[in-house]
Amino acid sequence: MGWLQNARMVGMRVAHAIPALFGVVLVTFILTRALPGDPAAYFAGPAADERSIQQIRETLGLDRPLPEQFLLYLGDLASGDLGVSISTGQPVLEELARRLPASLELTLGALLISISLAVPMGVLAAMHPGRPIDHLCRIVATAGVSLPTFFTGLALVFVFYYVLGWAPAPIGRLDFAYLPPDHVTGFYVIDALIAGDAETATAALGQLLLPMITLALFTLAPIARMTRGAMLQALGSDFIRTARAAGLDRRRVVGQYAFRNAMLPLVTTLGMVFSFTLGANVLVEKVFAWPGIGSFAVEALVVSDYAAVQGFVLTMALLFVALNLTIDVLYTLIDPRIGSDA
Amino acid sequence: MQRRTFLKTAGAATIGAASLPFLKFTPASAAPTGVAVVAYNGTINSLDIHRTGTNRPSYQIAANCYDRLVSFGTKELADGSLSYDYSVIKPDLAESWTTAADGSSITFKLRADAVFWDGSPVTAEDVKWSLDRAVSLGGFPAVQMRAGSLEKPEQFVVVDDKTFRIDLIRKSKLTLPDLAVPVPMIINSKVAKANATADDPWATEYLHRNPAGSGAFKVIRWDPGQQFVYERNEKWTSGPLPGVKRVVVREVPSQATSRALVERGDVQVAFNIPAKDAKELAAMGKVDVVGTPIENCMNCLGLNFNFEPFKDKNVRQAVAYSVPYADIFKVAAYGQGVPMWGGESMSPKDISWPQPFPYDTDYDKAKDLMARSAFAGGFESTISMDLSQASWMEPTALLIQEGLAKIGIKTTVEKIPGANWRTANLVEKRLPIHLENFGGWLNYPDYYFYWCYIKGHLFNAANYHNPEIEALVDATLHIPTDDPAYAPNVKRMLEIAFEDVPRIPLWQPSLNSAMAKNLNGYEYWFHRQLDVRKFDIPAS
Repeated sequence: MGWLQNARMVGMRVAHAIPALFGVVLVTFILTRALPGDPAAYFAGPAADERSIQQIRETLGLDRPLPEQFLLYLGDLASGDLGVSISTGQPVLEELARRLPASLELTLGALLISISLAVPMGVLAAMHPGRPIDHLCRIVATAGVSLPTFFTGLALVFVFYYVLGWAPAPIGRLDFAYLPPDHVTGFYVIDALIAGDAETATAALGQLLLPMITLALFTLAPIARMTRGAMLQALGSDFIRTARAAGLDRRRVVGQYAFRNAMLPLVTTLGMVFSFTLGANVLVEKVFAWPGIGSFAVEALVVSDYAAVQGFVLTMALLFVALNLTIDVLYTLIDPRIGSDA
Repeated sequence: MQRRTFLKTAGAATIGAASLPFLKFTPASAAPTGVAVVAYNGTINSLDIHRTGTNRPSYQIAANCYDRLVSFGTKELADGSLSYDYSVIKPDLAESWTTAADGSSITFKLRADAVFWDGSPVTAEDVKWSLDRAVSLGGFPAVQMRAGSLEKPEQFVVVDDKTFRIDLIRKSKLTLPDLAVPVPMIINSKVAKANATADDPWATEYLHRNPAGSGAFKVIRWDPGQQFVYERNEKWTSGPLPGVKRVVVREVPSQATSRALVERGDVQVAFNIPAKDAKELAAMGKVDVVGTPIENCMNCLGLNFNFEPFKDKNVRQAVAYSVPYADIFKVAAYGQGVPMWGGESMSPKDISWPQPFPYDTDYDKAKDLMARSAFAGGFESTISMDLSQASWMEPTALLIQEGLAKIGIKTTVEKIPGANWRTANLVEKRLPIHLENFGGWLNYPDYYFYWCYIKGHLFNAANYHNPEIEALVDATLHIPTDDPAYAPNVKRMLEIAFEDVPRIPLWQPSLNSAMAKNLNGYEYWFHRQLDVRKFDIPAS
């Protein structure tokens, strides 16, 4: 019965997402059109006159009434065509398919690092409040949020690339000496390993390291703070006191009862941190010449590249739906009140 | 080692871009000879300059991968660096050309040995198809062609296989030089037509990704948003074979990263670096820094005639006397470029261009002029700047704001993002005080005046209107520079521009690049994009 219920829940969530997605499509369409600035004037080039701007406007279909443009856009969407980004000259779908894995690889890698550091640190801090580990946790958290990512990025580049020469040149996902591995997941490290090419995998990992650490330092803070807070609350609650009073093994009390309960808010925070980081690491992308989705979106926005902005927002919306779904499913696994072993 | 191999072994065979074996490359010292790596602060969005929406960085593809009928010569500047030479028009695909006795047409003789990358000969048919395309697709290419009085396909005539004629609408000194700019590139029409469709007769979709030319380099790999790779065309006939086999252009958005890369020797060239980096890198001496003043270009302050105070000449001159030029040049330009203030006399000595305007920072004079204007009590206004050019515009705007405050003009600084800037400043022309940096590809003062001082023209963001200048430009634009009327006409234009100052020049900016000491052949071109055709890295 458990899985049937779960499947129904997933189905309902997906169904609920459809009107929301349509809303997103409509709102992005209207918002992009409401942006000041005329893409035709921009793309007509450095020495355009009225006549050539009008020609561009017609080529881009911007001379048609808005409702007509919207219907055309919906038709294209239905056939899976996100249009062509005028600022990069590539189909938006291709552009997203290439850049999203780059951003995901970076963000997931960074989260992996920050979780593996922040969660133990947060748990320890909660278990020993006011002790050195707690202070360390607080310092790391404060430093992490207050240092802007581009600063940390540049500082890391300066020390590890420029001065020490340990890190490879910060020029994107792979040094030009290597060919990107065949596309399987879009994650270079994993794809290279699948292809059995350890050298390319190492090179790709090398390129990833500095930007990953930069982002990890930034995401460390909210995760550590949240873990600490949630753990403190869990440890102070009645059932823990009861468990302790009952003389249960300390490790079991902390690890199973307290931590499992603390994971609920933590997973929510992780979801937020993940989605935020994915779109917002523009500055890290710039410093490391990382061909990610954030800088693509920002540049498209700056030049009023409608198709690209719409495609980006839609992708992010889909991603959010998928993410929220995953988090809900995770909840059912973690929450002792919902789970099958309750 | 299957998918990756040494560069040296890859050069000879022609290989499809997607399956290209690549270079194994370790930094600087171990770099294989014949490869240059460039850090480029920008991204190309097409391999076809004629396409709608092709951005400026992409113009370099037209320059490096295509030939034209004619080209410009090369000269050595005072600092030993190379620049294209506007005064010399030399053969490219055309070995010779003659102007008809009555001046109604120019006939070009194509070189017998000129071939496209696929080995097929360059014919007059290809030239016609290419020029037809340049004037027919609309947008920027059509505008640039019109500047040379090249307007409609009927002007382009195939005489025979190797002879091509352009019928002129009017006799103009701009026609030949306009044939040497990147736009009228010669495309392999057989390849293009084979890939054209009914909806797309000019093969814009195909040429967007697959150049088909006869130029010095081919593009063998393009990873949009990341890099593209030039490979030498061993069959190039329009000039001496380039010294490097390959040029990898890596798109590096962060200027700080570019600088670190060139300093560490991981790239041979950091193209178009900020003035600040140029100054500091030059002082360090680890790499060579070349700064070339950009021809026919000035960073200017514009005063919009649609706003009451700026209709008053006294106010405009007062503004011109209250700009802290030297401070701006130091802070915003880091001393890179050529000052455009402090000229000696209100009437120009010669017609050199750009030349300093006869204004300097003089608050007493400025206050005096303000007192004589209808705005003696001062007024309020807005200085607008383009966010995407903030590196020079922001400090400039702030210093001008300070200067204007001293003569009773209270201003706020308004920052406008990229796309909106063009619309607000150039199309709608609605910004009272604005910063501007038009540069003309065709290097004549009258060409600059044509774009910037005539009512309604795109770069006349000041809405300046003066019938005399308009008549002068009309009379001067097409006549040759040795025409007896030319020099006096230009002198008069300058005189009016000095007197009326709708545009207040600040300085002539320079294009700065840093490069490894062993890289030769960096050359400045008016289009301000990377030209790799003369690159050479001698084996040490």
